[in-house]
Amino acid sequence: MDLNPSEEQQQLTDAFAAFYAKECPIERVRDAEPSGHDADLWARLCEMGVLDMAVDHASGGWGASLLDLALVAEQHGRHLGPAPLVEGQVAVRLLARAGGQAAADALSRSLVDGRLTTIALHPPRSGELALVPAGAVADQVIFYDGSRLMCMEIGDRRVISNLGSMPVADITVDSSATELGRGGQAQQLFELARDEWMVLMANALLGIGDRSMELGVEYVKERRAFGAPIGSFQAVAHGLADAATAVDGGRLIAREAAWAADEDAERATELACFSCGFCSEAAGEASYRSLHYHGGYGFMLEFDTQLYYRRAKAWPAVFGEPSQMFARGAAHRLIRTDR
Amino acid sequence: MMMDFRLGERSETFRAEARRFLDEHLTDEVRERMHATGVHHNWDFHRARVEHGLLAPGWPEELGGQGRDPLEVQACLEEFQRAGAPTYAVGTTLMVANIIRHIGTDEQKQLIIPRALGGEILIVLGFTEPESGSDVAAAQTRAVRDGSEWLINGQKMFTTNAQEADYVFLLTRTNTEVSKHKGLTTFLVPLRQPGVEIQPVFTLSGERTNLTFYSDARVDDSLRIGEVDGGWQVMTVGLTFERTGPQGGDSVRLLRAMEEWALNSTDDAGRSKAEDPDVQARLGRAAAENEVSLLLARRCAWLQNAGALPGVEGSMAKLFASEALTRQSADFVDMLGPDGVRGDGDPAAVGGGIAEYYFRFAMGTITYGGTSEIQRNIIAQRGLGLPRPA
Repeated sequence: MDLNPSEEQQQLTDAFAAFYAKECPIERVRDAEPSGHDADLWARLCEMGVLDMAVDHASGGWGASLLDLALVAEQHGRHLGPAPLVEGQVAVRLLARAGGQAAADALSRSLVDGRLTTIALHPPRSGELALVPAGAVADQVIFYDGSRLMCMEIGDRRVISNLGSMPVADITVDSSATELGRGGQAQQLFELARDEWMVLMANALLGIGDRSMELGVEYVKERRAFGAPIGSFQAVAHGLADAATAVDGGRLIAREAAWAADEDAERATELACFSCGFCSEAAGEASYRSLHYHGGYGFMLEFDTQLYYRRAKAWPAVFGEPSQMFARGAAHRLIRTDR
Repeated sequence: MMMDFRLGERSETFRAEARRFLDEHLTDEVRERMHATGVHHNWDFHRARVEHGLLAPGWPEELGGQGRDPLEVQACLEEFQRAGAPTYAVGTTLMVANIIRHIGTDEQKQLIIPRALGGEILIVLGFTEPESGSDVAAAQTRAVRDGSEWLINGQKMFTTNAQEADYVFLLTRTNTEVSKHKGLTTFLVPLRQPGVEIQPVFTLSGERTNLTFYSDARVDDSLRIGEVDGGWQVMTVGLTFERTGPQGGDSVRLLRAMEEWALNSTDDAGRSKAEDPDVQARLGRAAAENEVSLLLARRCAWLQNAGALPGVEGSMAKLFASEALTRQSADFVDMLGPDGVRGDGDPAAVGGGIAEYYFRFAMGTITYGGTSEIQRNIIAQRGLGLPRPA
C-alpha cells in the first residue's frame, strides 16, 4: 500500500498547482461568469497538454493514467477552473478507444484542429440532448442514442443559465450526426466514458471541498464574536471537523477509484459511482459549512465561498443526484459474487 | 513507488489465514454463548488465538508476537471484526500491555507481558466514573498511600469484562491540591480481591458491562504505572493506542446481510428488491461509506507502517465509521419496512434481526473509545488548528 503519489505524479500535481495559481486566480473565475468559460484559460490548458496527455500513445497521445488525470482534476476543482477539462479529456479518450475512421477523424479535429469535443452524459430525449456539459462552447458532441454511439457537429443549441455558472446547453440532434459504433461495444464505450467522467468529477469536487475548508477554517480563526474566535465554539468547530473528515475520506475514495480503473477492473465501475456520489456530498458539506460560518458575509456575492457552494452542487448534478450514483454503483456491486 | 491501494500480498496471505482460523474456531456455539450471556469474550476462542499466533501478531516475536507489520495486522483484524468475533477484551488487554511495554518498569514488563500475550490474563479499563466520562481527567476515585501499598476507594463505570479479567487499569486521584490533570495516577489493580465488587450492567445492545466498586481495595506500589501524579501522561499514550485499529467491520457485516436480503426478496409485483432504485440507493450509499471507513482505517495502518503515530487520522477513522454505522442501521431498519422491527427471536427476522441489532449496538460505538464529540474536538483543534474553547 502506498497512498502517496509517485514522484512523477507529484511533479505533475505541482506543475498544475502552479499553473492554476498563476493563470486562474479567483478574479478570473468571477470574470468568466456567467458563461463559465474562459477561452484563453482553455487555450493555455491545451498548450499544457491536457488533451494530449489524456490520450494513449497508440493514438498519438502521452498516455497518462486516469489517476494522473485525477490529480490534475483536483487542482482544477480547487481553482474552480472555468474550462471544460473533464468533459474534454473524457471525450478524446473515448474517441481514441472507439477505433474506426469516423472516430479517428473526430479525434484529429479535437487534438490537431483544436475543435472542442464534449460528451453528453445521457441519451437524447425527444431529439434533444439536455444540459450537455461544455455544450455551450463545444464544437462537436459525442452521444449514445440507445443503440449507436454518435458524433455530431453542434448546430442548434440553447445555452442554459444555471446554478453553477457552467457552459451547459440543450442541443438538438440533427441528421449530420455520424456513427462511431453500435451495439454492445458502443454501449460499453459510453458507459466507460461515463465512469471516467464520474471519477474525474469526484476528484474535481474534492478539490472544491478542500479549498472550501481552507476558506472556512481561515475565516473562523479570525472572526470574533462574544469575545472569542468563532472557531473556538463547538457548534462551529464540530461542523468543520465532520466536513474535514468527509473531504479526507473523499480524497481517498476518489483516488482509489481512479487507481482502480487500471488496477482493479472488477470494482472500477462501482468505485467510480461511489466516489462521485460521496465527493458530491463531501464537497456540498464542506462548502455549505464554509459559507454558513461566514455568517451574513457568506451570503454576499463579494465573498468567494458562494462560488464554491454553487459549483459543488451543480457540477455533478448534470450527471445526476448522489442517490442515483449510489444506486448505479450498488447495481454493479450486487452482480459481483465476491462482495 | 507507485500509488497502490492494496494492502499487499503478505497482508492478503495473512488475511486468508485469519479467515481459516475464524471458520474453524468462531463456531455457532461461541456465537450463541456470546448472545446468551452478553459477554463478548470466550476463553476457548481466546486460547485458540494464542495457539495460532493470532492474539498479538503485530508484537515482536521475542515478546510473544509474530512481528507482523501494521498492514498485515490490519488485514487480520478486519476479518475478525467482519466476522463479529469477540475482540474487545483483547483490545483492552493489549492496549494496557502496550502502555507497560513503552513506559512500565522491567518488573511490570516481566509480570504482565508474557501472561497477556500468552492468553492467561485479561486487563480491562477503569477510566469512566458516574460523574465523569469524556472529561476523563475529572476522575474522583481516590488512591492513598499505605506503606508499600495504595488503598483505593471509589467507583468505575463500563468496566466491561471485569468479571473475566485479572486486572483493571485504573485511573485514580492521588492529589487534590493541584489542578485536575496533575493529580492523577494509574495503577494495575488486581480485580480478584475482597475490596473489589463487580456489579453487572446490561446495555442496549444486549452486551454486559459492569459497575465496579472499590472499598479499601489494595494495590502494591510496584503495580503503579508511571509516576505518582503522572497519570495524565500515561493516559495520553494510552488513548492514542485506543483510537487506532480497524474500523467499519460491523458495517460490512450489516451490508452483506442487507444485500443478501435484496437479492432474495421481491416486492408485491414480483420484482426483485435488488432492482428497486430506492433499495439500490440505500445499499450503494452504505457501500460507499464502508469503502471510506476502510480507507480511513487503512490510512492509519499505512502511516504506522511508515513509523508515524496516527492521531487526527485515527480520530477521523473512528468518528466516520461509528457515525456511518449509526446512520446505516437506522436506514436499513427503514428499508426493511415494518419487518425491520422484528427481533432475533423471530424466525421471519431478516438476517437474524441484524438491522435492529445494529440499530441498538451502534449507539455504543459513537460513545465508547472517545465520543464523536471528543473526536471532533481533536480533529478541529489538532487537525484544523482551531482555537480551544475559552
